[in-house]
Amino acid sequence: MTVASGLAVDNVAQPSIIWPALLKDALLAAFVAVLLAVPLVGLQTYDIGGGALGIRTHFDWVGFAAVGVFAGRLALRLLPRTHRQHERRGRWAFGRLAAWGNRRARAITLAGIVFAVALPFLPFSSRYLVDLGTTVLIYVMLGWGLNVVVGLAGLLDLGYVAFYAVGAYTFGLLASDLGFTFWKALPFSGLVAASFGVILGFPVLRLRGDYLAIVTLGFGEIIRIVLLNWAPVTGGPNGIGGIPRPSFFGLPLSRSAPEGGTTFHQFFGVEFSPDQRVIFLYFVILAMALVTNLFTLRIRKLPVGRAWEALREDEIACRALGINPTTVKLSAFAIGAMFGGFAGCFFATRQGFISPESFTFIESATILAIVVLGGMGSQMGVVLAAILLVTLPEFGRAFAEFRMLIFGAAMIGVMVWRPQGLIAHREPTLRLGPQPASAR
Amino acid sequence: MTETAEPRVPLLTVERLTMRFGGLIAIDDLSFTAYRGEISAIIGPNGAGKTTVFNCLTGFYRPSAGQLAMHLDGEILPLERIAGFRIGRRARIARTFQNIRLFAGMTVLENLIVAQHNPLMAASAFSIAGLLGLPRYRAAEREAIERARHWLERTGLTDRADWPAGALPYGAQRRLEIARALCTGPALLCLDEPAAGLNPRESAELNDLLLAIRAEEGIGILLIEHDMSVVMGISDHVIVLDYGRKIADGTPAEVRADPEVIKAYLGEEELDNLPEEVAADLEAPQT
Repeated sequence: MTVASGLAVDNVAQPSIIWPALLKDALLAAFVAVLLAVPLVGLQTYDIGGGALGIRTHFDWVGFAAVGVFAGRLALRLLPRTHRQHERRGRWAFGRLAAWGNRRARAITLAGIVFAVALPFLPFSSRYLVDLGTTVLIYVMLGWGLNVVVGLAGLLDLGYVAFYAVGAYTFGLLASDLGFTFWKALPFSGLVAASFGVILGFPVLRLRGDYLAIVTLGFGEIIRIVLLNWAPVTGGPNGIGGIPRPSFFGLPLSRSAPEGGTTFHQFFGVEFSPDQRVIFLYFVILAMALVTNLFTLRIRKLPVGRAWEALREDEIACRALGINPTTVKLSAFAIGAMFGGFAGCFFATRQGFISPESFTFIESATILAIVVLGGMGSQMGVVLAAILLVTLPEFGRAFAEFRMLIFGAAMIGVMVWRPQGLIAHREPTLRLGPQPASAR
Repeated sequence: MTETAEPRVPLLTVERLTMRFGGLIAIDDLSFTAYRGEISAIIGPNGAGKTTVFNCLTGFYRPSAGQLAMHLDGEILPLERIAGFRIGRRARIARTFQNIRLFAGMTVLENLIVAQHNPLMAASAFSIAGLLGLPRYRAAEREAIERARHWLERTGLTDRADWPAGALPYGAQRRLEIARALCTGPALLCLDEPAAGLNPRESAELNDLLLAIRAEEGIGILLIEHDMSVVMGISDHVIVLDYGRKIADGTPAEVRADPEVIKAYLGEEELDNLPEEVAADLEAPQT
């Protein structure tokens, strides 16, 4: 870290602002914005009655867009200079925050886990909050799963939602056809999803980067379309309903137990409340996510984990060192898919109903955004990004029309200021020297 | 150059190797032998097919014709029949690359541990023993670290063991790549222009390192090099390629005096009207 900032300081010869060039650049951006905004924003069709369409013009909006883009572009071109100026004095705010986070990684992790465990019992907690927490944790788990494939092995996967869907449908089908419970079906969901990971892995062994992304994107769509059209098995667009809820060691969390059974509230002698199930689901996904994290952290320090990272860095060098790229890639796909499958199984039991609509490309994109935004390979970053990406739209509900706008602006902001992701810090898997103070 | 009383033990035999790319013949009917405990150099003008030989040896290319055989413990392994990534393990051939290929984002130490992937993977029993942290795996990991530490000390990288490999200076990256290749425990070490981009002092250090490895490990070293101070200084045996054909094979002194070699390096017509000082330079000992 000191090396990098040292270099940056050495290399920066403060350039003077060339205003004509800057203005020209900003004007060009504004011109492009006008070209795009005229058809997209400036012209609006509306129904003038009798099925005919009229056109309304909003050239004032086009003007706003042009001015906005001009100002934004100018600000962007001026900002990098200020970054470097900040860097001279110290690191700028977020960098400093990230550095602090790295120093206190263990304490922050512990505090985060304690907070997550205590969340349902905090005074300001509500059913809505716990439910939102459950959604966040599903995405955290998916993010951690995808992190194995994208962050560690460096294989850009745009169809991760396919494994999520496979996991969910595995449980849905096992439950509706064979009467499996959640806990019995969970390992099968993971196993089937992992097999699909291997099935996807084989044809894409030779592909990297953009090509791989396209094929995985196609794979995600194939799975969704098969689920949609194979109606006799999957129920088609109607999906699968009546998926059983998980039980607490065999005790159902419902108002009344089936014949001869005992429910959770009867067994513990507490008043029944529908919140109990919500809180229980929250703890189930919390435990699943933590297991995912522990597993990933541990496997990263094993030969296979290091081989994933080595493969990301240089495949040819891996081959020369006697590492079989096929097994390394397939294991990354399988393990990543397995966690997607587990998360899908949980999703099915939480919703009680699944249909292909829940597994569209936008889900894959969100999960990938969480991984990239958080910082590739960073476990903590995934948590942060999942919280941001899931809760930001929720807070934006009050001004619903602007939700996507805020979302987009936030994404652009991150890409401009922290293209490496919110937390981009790679902790070595082993050290020769003493642990530096920064890792404690 | 070393005078050994023992008979030379062949380590690698290349027989009638031919490599064609479409109509282009990159290597044409090449035969040579590399011996255990010797440094063999392959030299030749640019495009002579040197790196192609390496790529055939290490399984990146499948030869169009010919036999490549490693002689290990009385066993003869036909390289052209072993899958690319297995050559490192089965035939114990390790290589470096002309344009350095390190795992730049990983630390120096991690680079050396990745090189020991196969023994560690076996010890971790498909990661199960590793996940459980069984003593068997821990012992294997400690052993791997010790081996890495040994080569870090030999290459003078110990104090930078926890640096990202990509942050090392160029010369140190070259040394790290050699250390990484050595961590695989090779019988034959193939170095593709290890001295490229090194300054004279670093180049001299590299010579010492390679001589020490040859003496201590008793392994064969096959090297491609343009830097004549390296080639002439440490090689036991030099093979000269030109347009994919072998034009000379012998001790450095023999090769240097070979008219074919001079012709290949300087061109035919220039040879007769060579300026005095160039001719003198050619004759002068390079070390």
